[in-house]
Amino acid sequence: MNDTDRLAARPQRRLWLYLLPLALFAVVAGFLAYGLTRDARVLPSALIDRPAPEFALPPIPGRDTHGFARTDLGGEPQLVNVWASWCVPCRAEHPLLTRLAREEGVIVDGINYKDQTEDARAFLTKLGDPFRYIGQDRDGRVAIEWGVYGVPETFVIDREGRIRYRHVGPLTPRDVEDRILPLLRELGLGAS
Amino acid sequence: MTVELGHFALVLAFCVAILQAIVPLVGVARRDPVLAGLAPAAAAAQFLLLTLAFAALVRAHLADDFSVLNVYENSHSTKPVLYKFAGVWGNHEGSLVLWVWILALFGFAIALAGRHLPMSFLARVLAIQGLIGAGFLAFMLFTSNAFERLYPAPADGRGLNPILQDPGLAFHPPMLYLGYVGFSTAYSFAMAALLEGRVDASWARWLRPWVLAAWVALTLGIALGSWWAYYELGWGGYWFWDPVENASFMPWLAGTALLHSAIVLEKRGTLKNWTILLAILTFALSLLGTFLVRSGVLTSVHAFASDPSRGIFILALLLSAVGGSFALYAWRAPAMQGGPTFAPISREAALVLNNLLLGTATATVFLGTLYPLALEAVSGEKISVGPPYFDATFVPLMVPLLLALPVGTMLAWKRGDLAGVLQRLGLAAAAAIAAALLQLALVDPRAPLAALGFALAAWVVVGSLSELAGRIALFRVPLSHSLRRLLGLPRSAIAATIAHLGLGLIVVGITASAAGRVEKILVMRPGETTEIAGFEVRLVGISEVRGPNYTAERATFEARRDGQLVATLHSEKRFFPVERQMTTEAGIDSSLLRDLYFVIGDRNGEGWTVRLYVNPLVFWIWGGAGIMAVGGLLSLADRRLRVGAPARLPARGLVAGTRP
Repeated sequence: MNDTDRLAARPQRRLWLYLLPLALFAVVAGFLAYGLTRDARVLPSALIDRPAPEFALPPIPGRDTHGFARTDLGGEPQLVNVWASWCVPCRAEHPLLTRLAREEGVIVDGINYKDQTEDARAFLTKLGDPFRYIGQDRDGRVAIEWGVYGVPETFVIDREGRIRYRHVGPLTPRDVEDRILPLLRELGLGAS
Repeated sequence: MTVELGHFALVLAFCVAILQAIVPLVGVARRDPVLAGLAPAAAAAQFLLLTLAFAALVRAHLADDFSVLNVYENSHSTKPVLYKFAGVWGNHEGSLVLWVWILALFGFAIALAGRHLPMSFLARVLAIQGLIGAGFLAFMLFTSNAFERLYPAPADGRGLNPILQDPGLAFHPPMLYLGYVGFSTAYSFAMAALLEGRVDASWARWLRPWVLAAWVALTLGIALGSWWAYYELGWGGYWFWDPVENASFMPWLAGTALLHSAIVLEKRGTLKNWTILLAILTFALSLLGTFLVRSGVLTSVHAFASDPSRGIFILALLLSAVGGSFALYAWRAPAMQGGPTFAPISREAALVLNNLLLGTATATVFLGTLYPLALEAVSGEKISVGPPYFDATFVPLMVPLLLALPVGTMLAWKRGDLAGVLQRLGLAAAAAIAAALLQLALVDPRAPLAALGFALAAWVVVGSLSELAGRIALFRVPLSHSLRRLLGLPRSAIAATIAHLGLGLIVVGITASAAGRVEKILVMRPGETTEIAGFEVRLVGISEVRGPNYTAERATFEARRDGQLVATLHSEKRFFPVERQMTTEAGIDSSLLRDLYFVIGDRNGEGWTVRLYVNPLVFWIWGGAGIMAVGGLLSLADRRLRVGAPARLPARGLVAGTRP
């Protein structure tokens, strides 16, 4: 390359560099715009009104020996909560689950997602254990079957063991009052 | 009536902001000093009007005016007065009023302090500030009006989220906003410089105090927020890499990089385009934070309630503010003349390294926060990113940053002598090795990461002090001479040392609390005693107490060491009947060496589940952040910044911006 070439090539390369921030921002803006098109909290599930997937999970060692399986569902309307000790929003919604279990008499089963046994046990000792059964889903396989993409998620299951509602993200008191409890009552909570 | 007055003031402020955005630019273009000179007056008017609006909203909250929707949704007559006041910004609409008020405050401050600036430059800066204000005021008036009325007025309000009913709410958001919004000044200065087509050392000198002020506020805001999370959430932790925390951390990282690159521009007249880009980027990240918190795009414990129309509006604001500035950058920046070059071993190069590492750290946090969203958009796959990602990516970036820090402060401008500098850092190296060995030998031989953390902290602290000692020739000349030299040093030099010391202390606190934390969970009956980390802890008893708007179970603990009473701690479980929520108040006894952190849990048969933590040196994290902020404030007080910049252009006359 001779000198004139180099001189000519330089400004062009630099112009491209100056456009880079704008180009990168356009990509980011595209993602943000996409983010607005979906509601991060309530997602329709492909599984709505379909029977819950088949699964059988081992227990968290040291908690109990039951574990949690497809056969535990049905009979009473109930909640299935996917949680992990490392997930901050799970801690935030934990008092609500506890209240639902203790005061409203709602059955809550848990899927412990990609967690360490020690951490999960410590979480339950620290914050209380509102769950009837908990299955340990160490590699997240079962959560995939349920269509879970992050923790926490909460599912409402009816008496026939079908998924009736899916909530993504932490539950808030308003979600519980306006959606979860009315739906559970409609499905016959406390009727039998 | 005052509510309508506030609403009206908001509408007027919107009109003034539009004028402030357009008229000065027209004035500069037409070289009309009257039109350009309108900018400071408009900034003052905007500040006055928004003060009025803010005061009206505060009054509505204090007076329990439940005919205002915002008050009804977020307040309750039994709420303590402090939280009625702080609750003004404890919600989306009210916090926006605070946001624009602070923006107007900065605009007014620039108008006051900027009288020595060339008039065309000042007019442009204030016009950009007006433009930002107009955007946000439109957002408020059209989608999030805090002054909306409710008819018929309900008898009482719905109450405020109990987690927010804490003195922290009074200080944390205003500080955070002072930081976020303060960076708008960097943005306006950068845009004005691009419009003028000139960036030079005096531009950096004008910019620096504003960036410093915003940086100090953001440092304090983040520290307060993490402290609040520590004592209010009752989880014993202080930082969770939550999207909203990240949203405040990204502008801080970029702002820190900006502070350092502005030094290079001020002292050496180089890194012009990079500094401009950082100035834009810092505020862009502040805006992104606003978008993330308020649009509902990402789920977080902190997020405000959201609705889609708001999200679209903020996205439009973000697109025009950031897209517009990057477009202007792409158009104007290539024409800027480069500055003098420097050797790969020099102060400039060290500050470039600082910028590269801080920039990469910002990008890391950015990716971790937005990656789930991007992946879902591209592949439909849904994942969440947790603390393990940040531990694995962010922490390794801090190691070279801390390693390079003392070296960089000692290198000379233009061409440095690395060997000589390393020689002067002998003491720091010895301190680092000693710290690592002490940790391994005395505390825990199986924790090499803790040893690394302490070594880096010692390296930064002793290295920074060595640099200062070198400047005043400590022990090489008589002490009185050294003292005289110290007093003669520019404040900004001492300020840098102090801020770097603060950083070292933060590293100590993070390392110690991560490595040396002791935790014990057990069921205790009243009167029972247990032992943790050399402390004898007794659960004295549990009593029922009544607060103004809650009832609580209060546990009283006594901690003894060798039979001597060290502290009496109270931990509460509060129940708020209006909101039907529980909160936990940890009982904390802080000291320089350790925090005792006791939390009462659920009743369990005869006893209560209790969680006891001993967190060593954790207070150093917030102490260090405070010291960093003191460094920033001291630098603000530097005489050279106050006296104002030497005129780069003949005085105040109106100078046409760009030549063809």
